[in-house]
Amino acid sequence: MDFEDTPEEAAYRAKVKAWLDANKDAIQQEDYSSRAESVAAAKRWQARKYEAGFVGITWPKAVGGQGGTPMQQIIFNQEEAKFNAPTGLYAIGLGMCIPTVFSHGLTPDIAQRYVPVAMKGEEVWCQLFSEPAAGSDLAGIRTRAERAKGPDGGDEWVINGQKVWTSGAHLSDFGIVVTRTDPSVPKHKGLTMFIVDMKAPGMEVRPIKQMSGGSEFNEVFFTDVRVKDTHRLGAVGDGWKVSLTTLMHERLAVGGKPASAPGVKEMIELAKSIDLAEGNALEQSHVRQRIADAYVADRGISLTSMRTISALSSGRTPGPESSISKVVVAKTMQDIGAFAADLCEGAGLLMGEDSPNIPHLSRFQTSYIGAAGLRIAGGTDEILRNIIAERVLGLPGEIRPDKDIPFSEAAKLG
Amino acid sequence: MNFQFSEEAEALREQARRFLEDKSGHDKARAVMESGVSHDAALWAEIVGLGWTALRIPEEHGGLGLSVLELCVLAEEIGRVVAPVPFTSSVLLATEALIAAGTDAQKAKWLPKLADGSAIGAVALAEGTATPGHRSSLKITGGKASGVKVPVQDAAAADFLILSGPDGLYLVETKTSGVTVDAVETIDLVRRSSRVTLNDAPVEALDGGQAALDKFLQSSAVLLAFEGVGGADAAMEMALAYAQDRVAFGRKIAGYQAVKHRLADMYIKNQLARSHSYYGAWALLTDAPELVQAAAGARLAAMDAFQFAGEENVQLHGGIGFTWESNCQFYYRRARLLTLTLGAKSHWSDVLVRSLEQRNALAA
Repeated sequence: MDFEDTPEEAAYRAKVKAWLDANKDAIQQEDYSSRAESVAAAKRWQARKYEAGFVGITWPKAVGGQGGTPMQQIIFNQEEAKFNAPTGLYAIGLGMCIPTVFSHGLTPDIAQRYVPVAMKGEEVWCQLFSEPAAGSDLAGIRTRAERAKGPDGGDEWVINGQKVWTSGAHLSDFGIVVTRTDPSVPKHKGLTMFIVDMKAPGMEVRPIKQMSGGSEFNEVFFTDVRVKDTHRLGAVGDGWKVSLTTLMHERLAVGGKPASAPGVKEMIELAKSIDLAEGNALEQSHVRQRIADAYVADRGISLTSMRTISALSSGRTPGPESSISKVVVAKTMQDIGAFAADLCEGAGLLMGEDSPNIPHLSRFQTSYIGAAGLRIAGGTDEILRNIIAERVLGLPGEIRPDKDIPFSEAAKLG
Repeated sequence: MNFQFSEEAEALREQARRFLEDKSGHDKARAVMESGVSHDAALWAEIVGLGWTALRIPEEHGGLGLSVLELCVLAEEIGRVVAPVPFTSSVLLATEALIAAGTDAQKAKWLPKLADGSAIGAVALAEGTATPGHRSSLKITGGKASGVKVPVQDAAAADFLILSGPDGLYLVETKTSGVTVDAVETIDLVRRSSRVTLNDAPVEALDGGQAALDKFLQSSAVLLAFEGVGGADAAMEMALAYAQDRVAFGRKIAGYQAVKHRLADMYIKNQLARSHSYYGAWALLTDAPELVQAAAGARLAAMDAFQFAGEENVQLHGGIGFTWESNCQFYYRRARLLTLTLGAKSHWSDVLVRSLEQRNALAA
């Protein structure tokens, strides 16, 4: 056992480090004061990475990727994370949408049109999956796509409906959308996926104000939006299978702890600064036990990811252990956020301008609010436990009265 | 990065699992529980024959000289089946204490006998409500010790005991004047314990004093974490099998979310425990400065996982799980035994946070 790179990994890491070192000013000297400036900075950083060959590291060379290994991608991510690089704008597009586009696009033209431009960061993508009546039950979506003829006589589709929780839709140029193309068959079978132009006539994006006060996601309304059949992803009726490609990538993307979230180190520093009625908080056994709980969870997840990385490094298929990540991370964030504020008693309520001068308190408060969203995004705690139970432990699936009947009938159930 | 067990260790795991499933089913644990003997001597003889007692002992003392990783693998496998043999006491604890801190004379005398099975060792840490291994009130002067150690696992089977004293580790032979071993009842009915009364009993110090005792507690925490991981996985697998068999309200109870999610929670805790235990194994193997932190993390995660799996395994079995005949009780009871063998959660939380504070201070 060791935590060392193999010689090949060490060589790649050295290359990445040298490049990041030579280019770090491009991250650190940018202006992130407004949303517009942040987006512009993220685009410039993406273009730089593309020029240097650090985008699509694991993608096939045929689509413009580097044909590299998962370990190389992991190494680049680890090193890039040290510089707080602005990567969020492309997480969904390059993490989920573009792999779906090059895996399921109908012709090489489609990949050529969209993949390189997205890699350079010139176009931003979003994924249009969830709907008001289809969250955890994603296959229950109702947005319709119907066949039509275009003005040139070509095959087209007309899309009507509504999507929701669409991260980054307000910043996106394109999206991948799951639609229902045949309501007369059971729900998983009547779905088809398309590439849509977010600026097309009939598209309307409305930001959603979140509980946290921020607006990272949106409602997206489709009114007679026309899409060419050439922009279909996969076969008609195969949308569920295609979307699984995307979701597989999503669970990996949403897995880790947000870089901004405080953890064990911050708990210790905060507790040390608090004097409870019974003495200094950090010296109390109940406080130390709660800190230990957080360590077991947080460090346990990072050690579990090392098991996964170790398997990848030695060319084996990783076990299913990484499936526990998000469900542990999100709940731990919530637990320690509440606990840190509790230690501060009344002062633990004060936020924003009135936040008292207690180490990390405002970060714990922010992360407590954010954790409520993280427990839902990318698979709720409940869905993730179902996945562990069914796919990892082999337990039976849920009873699904709607599973084998036409969607048009299923929609009347409940 | 290589954060996994070697192929050799995995091959040993496979061999151990086959052997223990074949020779050490729950019926063996039950037979010991109901007869009141100290252990299954026939099974122990076979284990000696496989070389497991010699695994870590250096070749010069008649052992195989394998690494601690192989020992971790065996700890996990023994934990899975609640094998009614003094493996934990003699191999994981007493032998390791001697290898790490025994004097040359102690090693020369005992290691060959431990290797070939002609001697069994055990470890006496607990004294009443004190954290085991800490604040010993043994009186030791002029090579004689007086005091009471209770409960001491496997003392009835042991030829010698490694004692924690006020300033380090000591060795005492059990069949010598001044040592009385009386059976006591504990929550664990398979691994028996005793009260050991020392009355001017002749003792020999091991090397290394307090530092060796501290390090012994840390390395033991890692090894018992592996035993706990094995128990936790086995308890989860029992619950899984039962849930997939038992029908209620017209379907297998494994299909109900309340049951599925409980099993998923067991899996989550078991994976966290396994990852922390691997980290502990790495720290032991490389003698890393992170050992304190890694040992505490492994112990906390593994005891939490084992207790949860032990409790919920009974729960998911329903009434049948609460019967004497059910094997659920083995894990329910064993988790408590392991938890109170080396210090409970509050103690190890303190150890962990102290090591994190030191790390933070160094980084600052």
